[in-house]
Formats: sequence, C-alpha cells, structure tokens
Amino acid sequence: MTRYPMTRHHDIRSYPGLGPLSLVFFLWLYLPIVVVVIYSFNDNRLVSVWGGFSGKWYLVALENKALMSALEISLKVAVISTTCATLIALLAAMVLTRAPNLKFRRVSETMVNLPLLLPEIVLAVAVLILFSQLGLTNGLVKLVLAHTAFCTPFAFLPIRARLQGMSLDFEEAARDLYAPPLTAFRRVTLPMILPGVFAGAMTAFVMSMDDFITSNLLNSGGATTLPVYIFSLIRQGTTPELNAISTLLILASLILATLVLILNARAMRRG
Amino acid sequence: MSKAFRFWGLAPAWALMILTLIVPILIVAGVSVAERGAYGGFDWAFDLTSYRQILFTEGWTDALEFDPKYLWIIARTMLYALTTTVICVALALPVSYFIAQQSARVKIILIYLVTLPFWVSMIVRVYAWLIILGNDGILERVYRLFGGADVSGFLFTSGAMITGMVYSYIPLMVLPVYASVEKIDPALIEASHDLYGSRWVTLRRVILPLTAPGLMAGSILVFVPCLGTVLEPMLLGGGKQLMMGTLIQTQFGGARNWPFGAAIAMVLLAFVVLVLLINARRMPRQSEIGL
Repeated sequence: MTRYPMTRHHDIRSYPGLGPLSLVFFLWLYLPIVVVVIYSFNDNRLVSVWGGFSGKWYLVALENKALMSALEISLKVAVISTTCATLIALLAAMVLTRAPNLKFRRVSETMVNLPLLLPEIVLAVAVLILFSQLGLTNGLVKLVLAHTAFCTPFAFLPIRARLQGMSLDFEEAARDLYAPPLTAFRRVTLPMILPGVFAGAMTAFVMSMDDFITSNLLNSGGATTLPVYIFSLIRQGTTPELNAISTLLILASLILATLVLILNARAMRRG
Repeated sequence: MSKAFRFWGLAPAWALMILTLIVPILIVAGVSVAERGAYGGFDWAFDLTSYRQILFTEGWTDALEFDPKYLWIIARTMLYALTTTVICVALALPVSYFIAQQSARVKIILIYLVTLPFWVSMIVRVYAWLIILGNDGILERVYRLFGGADVSGFLFTSGAMITGMVYSYIPLMVLPVYASVEKIDPALIEASHDLYGSRWVTLRRVILPLTAPGLMAGSILVFVPCLGTVLEPMLLGGGKQLMMGTLIQTQFGGARNWPFGAAIAMVLLAFVVLVLLINARRMPRQSEIGL
C-alpha cells in the first residue's frame, strides 16, 4: 500500500492503541459465547460453581420432551415460512431487476423491505390484533403467516444482489436461441443465482428460528417455539441444562453462518 | 418480460405485505383510538383515553393530573437507544479502521468474526450476559479474585441493559462503517500528513467526513431496533426499568389494555418513521432498501 518503506511507528495511517483496542473488542465479542459453551460442561447444578467436566446436561436436554416439541414447532414454522418467503422474494426480485420501465419500482422495493424498516414489536402487535379480529386460532398458521412476512426481505436482498451482479449476456443468448422464458429461467438464470437463493433462504431460516418478539406475542394454542420455550426456562432460573441447549443452538448457528459465508464468497468470485 | 409476469411476479409480495403489515398497522391505529373492552380486548368506539393516559392520570376526583410516568419510559427508551448508538459508533470506528489496515485475507476473516455472533440466536446472546453479570456470576468472581470488595448487583441495571443492547446490535454498526472506511483512499491521508495535519486533525477533517455515510447508516440500523427492543430490558433489566417495547408487550399480556398498548405502538412507530424520513432526506441516493 505504502510506496516507500515506513516503520509501523511512523506509519501515518496508524493510530496508537488501535491494535490492543481491537483485540479487546474481539475478546468481548466472543466472551459470552465461550462462557456459555464452557459452563455447559459443568457437572455442578449451580451454574456459576465449577464442579468438574461432564456431558450429562446434554443428555438431560435431549430427553426434555417440551424442548423437543418446541424445536419441532420451530422447525415446522421455519421450513414453511422460508419456502414461502424465498419463492415470493425470488418472483419479486426477478421482476424488480429484469422488467424495464417498471411502474412503482421504488415503492415496490420499499414494500418488500418494509419489515426491515419497522420495529418488530409494532408488527407483532399488529398481526396479533389482526388475527384476533379474524378469529384465527390455529397457532401454527398464525406463526407461519407472520414469519413469512418478516423473512421475505432477508431472502430478497441476497437474491436481488445476485441478479443485479450477473451479466445479462447469458439470458440474452438463451433468448437468441429461442428458449421460452421459463426454460431460459430454469436452465440459465436459476443455476447462476442459486448461491444467492440459498444464502437468502438460509438467512430467512435463521431469522425465523431465532425470532422471539413475534412468536412470544402470538404464543398460544400449543404453538410455543424454541426461543419462547428457552425464555420460559430462563425465567425459572439459570441451569446447566440451559447452557447445554444454548451451546447446541450456537453450534447450529455457526454451521449455518459458515455455509452462507462460503456461498456468498463463491457467488462473488463467479460474479 | 411479459405484462402478466410483471404483475403476477410482484403480486404475492404486495399481497403479503398489505395483508400482514399495512392493514394490521391501520387496525392498530384504529384500536389506539378505541375503547378498552370490559374483559380485555377493545370495543369499536372513538375514544382518546389511551393517548391522554400517556400524559395524564385520573385523580381521586376524576380530575386529570399530569403524570410523567409514561413520558419517562419514552425518554428512557430514547436515552438508552441513543447511548447504545453512541457506544457502537465509538467501538465500530477504531475497530473498522484497524480491520481496513490488514491484508485482504485477514480482512475477510475479521469481518467474518464480526458477523458470526450475529447469527447466534438473540435469546442465547442475551442469556449469556445473564450468566456473566448475574448474582455470583463470572464478573463478580473475577472482581473478587483481584481483591475487589464483595460487590453484587451488576444485573438489573441500566448498564447491564445497555451492555446487552450494544452486544446485540454492534455488527449492524461495524459493517456499514467498515464499508466506508475501507473505501478511503490512503493518498488522502498521506496528503493531509504532507500538509502538516496531525493524526487528530486528519481524523477530524479527513477520515470522519469520509466515514459519515457509513456512520449514518449504521446509526439508523442500531437506533431503530433499539427503540423497540424487548429482550434486554426484560432479562438484563429485570423488568423493573420499562422501555417502550416492554411497555407495549405488557399491555397485550398481563395488563391487557389493548388500546393503550396500541397507542404506545403508534408513538413508537411515529418516532421510527420520523428517523427514517430524516435519513431519507439527508441521503436520498444512499438507500439500499428503497426508502
């Protein structure tokens, strides 16, 4: 970067203390996660008193029926909402990036991204009142509808970025070779934007699995999701079992995050 | 692209958002001026009691007395959200600057490390701070280990809440700030130095103005969710210090005063829309998400 040799001390771009400060920042960022993971192996019933290494809390957690049924609800809601949100986002992104002279383009983009702009608690209250007015009582349906709405922008943004990033030449070539629009999409566009679609779908999935505010407010009719159940456990007091559950969740998130990162990196390299 | 697809491609997104956002928010606005139902819920009758309740309380003689109880909650929400944003700026600026100075490979790794905790479930991240700050928790033990007095009570304080909020939202600040810092041409900093600008002057006159778009974007991304935050005040604040998000939630839970909850939600929504509008006017071209 620098065109003439400079020792670090005289590098005008560096400020004193930046390195140590950043180090402390990263330690602080990971301290809570590391603490939870370490204490999940604590043999003692008391969370903060170390009683030796043990994996027994994982067994306790896996045998917890309420936990497993909450996980099942969360997975059901997340899979259905992610599928709906990704399809809706994909359709919208295709039109918004490919249709020339589209009317209402700007307001349509705002519309798709609206859940990102507004505070979740307001949206949660809004759907709660709507569902009560409609007399909708099925907890699962309520959750799927609400989750689909706030997951859509998370699916939309990576898909749109991918569509904007790819060259139009391939689609033009397909058209020149008389490919019908659907064939061109299926054989040319879709394979090229697939990393973006996957990244969007996975982000939407994580957002749905993580959601607390909306799911907590809509919690009724046996539709308790995993975060809502964990919240009720925390309310009863901290236990090593809670740490084991948290650690399993952390592990799942890290795997998903790494997958998304790899997909994004690959998408960027190809684009 | 056919005309039909232009319509049917966007129709599901519009339908979804109108059905689950626009219409419900209009209903909330309606409920906020409705009458409180006898058994919870609400009755459709025009009544401004809920908004009056934010400012006044009815005394023994049915006379209205000014009561700043809820104004305090609104003010506290603003103050905590602002404090969180300022701390996030103070952390994100030096850290982003440090990351931008590294080699391309290290940059990618460090940015990955910044985003990684954000993927971890929100409730788990807040819970982790409960263990650290809690009674007889890690922080108290460490403090005692270094010979500190027998302290307790880190938890259930405003400090605990703000720590949790900064921790929850810091990646939303670092990413846009880093994007701005990374784009700064090193030649500009060298030029400032050649013109006898000290590091401080360079920071103030060169780096900060060039980072302003990122700082602004990051501040919006942190400030807005902080206004409506629920988990941190409930778990780390112990539910004693209400914020607007928790106040709204209690009205739809235990307290069961839907019109009042809806009124507070409208106030919160008004603040957020105000922030977004100010931002849209300041930087009309910088909008990624169409506002």
